[in-house]
Amino acid sequence: MQQAVKANAARALDVEDLSVRYGTSTAVDGVTLAIEPGEVVALLGPSGCGKTTLLRVIAGFVRQAAGRVRVDGATIDHLPPNQRNIGIVFQNYALFPHMTVAENVAYGLRARGLKGPDVQARVSRFLETVQLGGFKERLPRQLSGGQQQRVALARALAIEPSILLLDEPFAALDRNLRLDMQIEIKRLQRTLGLTTILVTHDQDEAMSVADRIAVMNKGRVEQFGTPVAIYDEPQTLFVNGFIGTTNLMNGTIASLQNGMATVTLDAGASVTLAAPNGLGLGAPVLMSVRPEQLALSAVPGPNAWKVEPGLALPIGAQLVHEARATDGTFLKIIEPRRAVSNDAARAYCTLANDARPTLFPRST
Amino acid sequence: MRKLAEWQLALPLALAFASIFLAPLLMLVGVSFFNDDKITQPGFGQWAKFLGDPFSYKVIADTMLLGLKTVCATIVIGYPLALIYLDASPRLQKVLIFIIVMPLLLSVVVRTFAWIVVLGREGVVNTLLMQLGIISEPLRLLQTELGLVISLTQIEMPLMLLPLISVMSRLDPNLRDASSALGASRWRTLFKVIVPLSMPGLVAGCLLVFASSTTAFISQTVIGGVRLIYLPLLIWQQSLVVFNWPFAAVVSLTLLVSVLTVVSALSYLGRRSGGYVHG
Repeated sequence: MQQAVKANAARALDVEDLSVRYGTSTAVDGVTLAIEPGEVVALLGPSGCGKTTLLRVIAGFVRQAAGRVRVDGATIDHLPPNQRNIGIVFQNYALFPHMTVAENVAYGLRARGLKGPDVQARVSRFLETVQLGGFKERLPRQLSGGQQQRVALARALAIEPSILLLDEPFAALDRNLRLDMQIEIKRLQRTLGLTTILVTHDQDEAMSVADRIAVMNKGRVEQFGTPVAIYDEPQTLFVNGFIGTTNLMNGTIASLQNGMATVTLDAGASVTLAAPNGLGLGAPVLMSVRPEQLALSAVPGPNAWKVEPGLALPIGAQLVHEARATDGTFLKIIEPRRAVSNDAARAYCTLANDARPTLFPRST
Repeated sequence: MRKLAEWQLALPLALAFASIFLAPLLMLVGVSFFNDDKITQPGFGQWAKFLGDPFSYKVIADTMLLGLKTVCATIVIGYPLALIYLDASPRLQKVLIFIIVMPLLLSVVVRTFAWIVVLGREGVVNTLLMQLGIISEPLRLLQTELGLVISLTQIEMPLMLLPLISVMSRLDPNLRDASSALGASRWRTLFKVIVPLSMPGLVAGCLLVFASSTTAFISQTVIGGVRLIYLPLLIWQQSLVVFNWPFAAVVSLTLLVSVLTVVSALSYLGRRSGGYVHG
């Protein structure tokens, strides 16, 4: 207890087949997540996808209709929120407006029956940890948004929770502060070895902070994996569309051989890709390809399709081209900026050398 | 010209205020400084008479106590009601707010006579208690302070509940969750978070209930009868029965000053305990 902050033993969190219903609508629908001790997991999805409800179930504010939540193997479903020892930072921080910063941080300690110097020592320690040592006697409304969030974090950490929950923690911060706080939270989480769940609708935030991301849609987890896997190997069309920017092109499977599929694109070219499971010969498909996996070329060929180049926008070190394929599909193509580029001549689009597009079944 | 326009806009209201509130008040003060009931001889006689009589102080104290007891009763019953309202579903909230506001929609006379039916010797309360075998003799509730406080509590309840609910429903619901997640029990959350933050509403409610119950002439006389004497009854007797207007003016001003004193004390306390909540 003497040192700055001691690392707790990290806890595993298991969510098993969890469902939440509000009346007739299902907010969370059979979600299962196995979260490793010390891991940071982001629940990512559009608003109304059930991510916040899932967080509130873990915290104990909402009762599930079915399923279990386990911390280190023991179910916590029967416990009220005040006995779960789970720290939560709310989107609006929910600091007690009538208490000073120190009183806010001390609140959870006092509720646990701690008194006097013990409380003071821990309050000081955690306020130092979030670099707000000199702000003890301020009221929350006298602090900036970033400082308020640090207080909320210190308040949640002071009870030495087994799990830390963050509900859209960066949404109310401006851009520069957001990055600082992301780094700060990551640093604290590492030092404390806390299993952390983060709810966000911002994919960049999820990518930069989380070890693994659970992409949610309509109450279900569409994909649970590392940021790289989510970006490069999206398993569903929803994940594919929600993460990053993508181009979708219509095509048909023309041949299947040795696990490779040749797809005839409606835009007038054929490309050979890893064959998706469960799609047979002649199946209509959607090819999803990231803008940076496309290239413009001046040379026609069987693997290149004709496009009508449109606007080219320089964004930082990149050049974003807009082009229209002959079947009417609008494409976005990102290339590194080069000194010379004669767009008018480069009227063909191909897959870049290392491109790994994904095929999804298409309903016709 | 534009500067003038601003205060000119307030002029009609100011005139109305001056003519229907300020002028009568000044007349009241003026009338109180006459010795005889014909209002011909100026002097401090009526004040001396009122303030020299120990009975006056008893009436003042009774009136203030009646107000304080009603305030306490409305807090004890109203605060839990406000908490229930806060937890209710939106549909139930609509029903509750209708029930809460209903006393305001009925005439005071009707409400008061209803309480006579409820509290009387053969009334609902006595019949029920006797049939349950809790009492053998009917309780005397009418023309007692207890009966008066019971009925005033119901009649003044909206004045406590409305400000309380309006302040409470503006509280961030996350605060309760935050308190709970930090390990606080429901009681701790109530006394450390909800009560301090709802203080402005509570104080407003207390002020309204106090001012309204100390001056509730109809309820005081119909339920309390003539045996329980409060300042409003004294004013009525002096002005409309005895026609001693100067004395009635003295009593009126006493009521005004006493109520204002308690009200300012309450709002001072309220500002000290709840002033930091806003802003």
